[in-house]
Amino acid sequence: MRYGMAIDTKKCVGCSDCVVACQLENHVPVGYARDWIVEVTEGTFPNLSLEIRSERCNHCDNTPCVRTCPTGASHIIEGGIVKVTHNECIGCGACIQSCPYDARYTHPEGYVDKCTFCDHRVKNGQDPACVSVCPTHCMYFGDLDDPNSEISKIVNRRKIKTLAPEAGTLPQIFYLV
Amino acid sequence: MKTNRRDFIKIASAGTGGLLLATPAFNLFKDNEEPIDDTKVKRYPTYCEICFWQCAGWTYVKENGDIWKVVGNKDDQHSIGRFCPRGTGGVGTYYDPDRLKNPMIRVKGGGENGADSFKDVSWDEALDYVAKKMKEIAEKHGPDSVALLTHGSGGSYFKPLLNAFGSPNIAKPSYAQCRGPREVGFQTTFGSNIGSPEPTDIKNTRCLVLIGSHLGENMHNAQVQEMAEAIENGATFITVDPRFSTVASKSKYWLPIKPATDIALLLSWMHVLINNEWYNKEYVAKHTIGFEELKAHVAPFTPQWAYGITDIKPEIIIETAREMSEAKPSVIIHPGRHVTWYGDDSQRSRAIAMLNGLLGSWGAKGGFFIPEGTGIPQMPPAAPHPHSEHDINNGLYPLAGDILANKIVDASIAKNENDWRIRGWIVNGTNPFVTMPDQENTKKAIEALDLLVVIDTMPAEIVSYADVVLPECTYLERYDTLRSSSFRFPSIALRMPAAEPMYKTKSAAWMAKELAKRLGLKQYFPWKNEVALLDWQLKQMGSSLEEMKKIGVKNFERTTDMYPVMDETYEFGTPSGKIELYSASLAESGFDPMPKYTAHPEPPQGFYRLNYGRAPMHTFGRTVNSPNLNDLMPENVLWVNPKVLKEWALKNGDEIWLENQAGVVSEFSIKIRATERIRYDNVYMVHGFGTNQKGLSKSYGRGINDQQLISTVMVDPLMGGTGFRGNFVTFLTSKPEKEAKA
Repeated sequence: MRYGMAIDTKKCVGCSDCVVACQLENHVPVGYARDWIVEVTEGTFPNLSLEIRSERCNHCDNTPCVRTCPTGASHIIEGGIVKVTHNECIGCGACIQSCPYDARYTHPEGYVDKCTFCDHRVKNGQDPACVSVCPTHCMYFGDLDDPNSEISKIVNRRKIKTLAPEAGTLPQIFYLV
Repeated sequence: MKTNRRDFIKIASAGTGGLLLATPAFNLFKDNEEPIDDTKVKRYPTYCEICFWQCAGWTYVKENGDIWKVVGNKDDQHSIGRFCPRGTGGVGTYYDPDRLKNPMIRVKGGGENGADSFKDVSWDEALDYVAKKMKEIAEKHGPDSVALLTHGSGGSYFKPLLNAFGSPNIAKPSYAQCRGPREVGFQTTFGSNIGSPEPTDIKNTRCLVLIGSHLGENMHNAQVQEMAEAIENGATFITVDPRFSTVASKSKYWLPIKPATDIALLLSWMHVLINNEWYNKEYVAKHTIGFEELKAHVAPFTPQWAYGITDIKPEIIIETAREMSEAKPSVIIHPGRHVTWYGDDSQRSRAIAMLNGLLGSWGAKGGFFIPEGTGIPQMPPAAPHPHSEHDINNGLYPLAGDILANKIVDASIAKNENDWRIRGWIVNGTNPFVTMPDQENTKKAIEALDLLVVIDTMPAEIVSYADVVLPECTYLERYDTLRSSSFRFPSIALRMPAAEPMYKTKSAAWMAKELAKRLGLKQYFPWKNEVALLDWQLKQMGSSLEEMKKIGVKNFERTTDMYPVMDETYEFGTPSGKIELYSASLAESGFDPMPKYTAHPEPPQGFYRLNYGRAPMHTFGRTVNSPNLNDLMPENVLWVNPKVLKEWALKNGDEIWLENQAGVVSEFSIKIRATERIRYDNVYMVHGFGTNQKGLSKSYGRGINDQQLISTVMVDPLMGGTGFRGNFVTFLTSKPEKEAKA
């Protein structure tokens, strides 16, 4: 079992529904976010291209955040989901420094918080909130170890890229480009 | 100097000072426990009120009674189980601490330094006051002197109230300030309106052509979902827009047209289709009249001719026409939604309709399907349709399908003291300072009113001009009229409260019924309450409130074909029964029977055409203060091409003010977004920002209200639509001296 996500940049319109849905689902305070939108424009008028990405924790295979955590609050659970146990976190921020994706933030209550792939939903057989709400159906979530899962099929079929591969973190979010 | 009869009353912000400066740790929710399972919470059906798409969904409520989230109903064809960001963030309208909380009445000279103020009053006091004033106006000047400006669900209750009262003067800014021209363009061509939601079969199309429509930045939910499906299916997108919009970036062809020249492109496309015999010959022969006239009409409009006007290269015009032809009839030249641009908008919409007619897409799979809906039984007696001897539209605009909201404004301004005029406004769910052009004119009209009643959930600008403010509860706290949609199949949706109304807020239904009682019109509101009315209506339809509470949405089988079999006898709703490429009725009314290109004014040296549009997380002016949505985009920015910025020695992020061609200066500043994604001859901002209402604590003074700079209006002679895009702005790099105003 290895959970991952594929996000189709060709379909994403950057509407930020994933951001709002996550904030409400997970009680993320207004002013903070576990996921966010990045738009990259290339070229000059009128020869332009635009890539839109919904970004979040990459739930990497090689996790500097977990390695640098002095208390063990940052840990990996079933399916490779990287989580933070709030009451074990001392808010030192070492994980924030070590993450090449800037995917973590310090919650106003003092602990570090981040995307959980909505494991509370996933264990009930639901998609993460961001995936379930996306109006363009541009996000795919599932088991990368299962060759018959929708995500495995689309990752195999389409041209993909990951973010900051040079960091060696082996991210498990794949962008369809 | 005359002192204002009606001071702008400043509304105190609910937030404490400094809230915006400190990092907002403000949590929507009282607790911050781990997320809870969907199984432990209750859910109630609703449909969204944030925009006109009216997506049906479920409001989830936690065990402690707090509203948690709103998600789409999988059985609903508007949402297809998914809400857009505005709908997802709709929870914020319930939690927004800036909400209107109490009924209020204006007190002359009750505030500081003799200014007016509001005092909180009981509902009885507020409603008695409104009824008394309405009666006084009716006795002296006739009941048609009271008008209703409305948007959204509340209209279902206030319209019959006004009609029963004796006034036909009911207007929605969504007609003359938004989609009216396309209804006229398609009506005069196909004999059918477009309506809402648009019956565009995008998910099955092979070619989608967008004329300035920024699908994906406007989140017309099912349509955006279908657009994504069309991308997946490999459909060809052709986007015509001076801005590299989101959907332009997903298009095979982006045509960065010179603004205000769309009709030239549309005529040239028709020329190419006809000249190369690429049009749908069989369909045109069977279903259209006026083809020969059209052929002669478009003969001069070669791609070379259009290139000189539009900046679109001839080979691109030809190639895109061929793409459309190859996809026919599975092709959509999209009618758009907000189409009041240059005053010849009905004719541009007609050119779009005619192009669809040439390709045979009306009634075709992947083109326009024929929508089907269902009526909602109304409990008798129906309110009468009153007649007024005063024609608000002044006998102008013979094709206007509605009373024009801007003409209600004009009819409220006296030419001579004793002339009949509109003297009372009931404003529900719309803010004329954001929806209507020429704010000075609106202020003049308001100044002359004897009564201004504002019914809203939030203190929009118009609230500060009100005599009486009636606080409405949000859509998450009330029952409402059933949503009946005419779309892929007939369906109805229920909205029911997920929580008790906060503060002293009430539903529009309750308010209208209470006013009716006081006006002696209670027979037109024969139901005990909304629950009784809904149950009666649903039982007439073979359902019940009990059933609808469980399912939220009920879909019905179609009784007609979505893609009808169209032989020669197929009748369109036009006078001739055919698709009218030449419109004899337009010619009889003195209008062009076929669209012509007219050159529109160009920006003067140092000025840029002001274009505006939507961002996916905002709608109208009603979302900018909503906590999560404000957090995503707290202010608008001005899109400017870097070449232009170089001339001004300005850069990305610089703060500027804008002045339009008539010398109107923006009240607030805006930050520059330097971007290659826009032509050099226009600038762009998202609509709905720049409120000067301090009561909207998160959005006050953030960005610019485009409508403030729209002082020139290009009026559509066919239906009176107010074209907004003939305004030009220049940059002020330092804060302008405040104009001394009387």
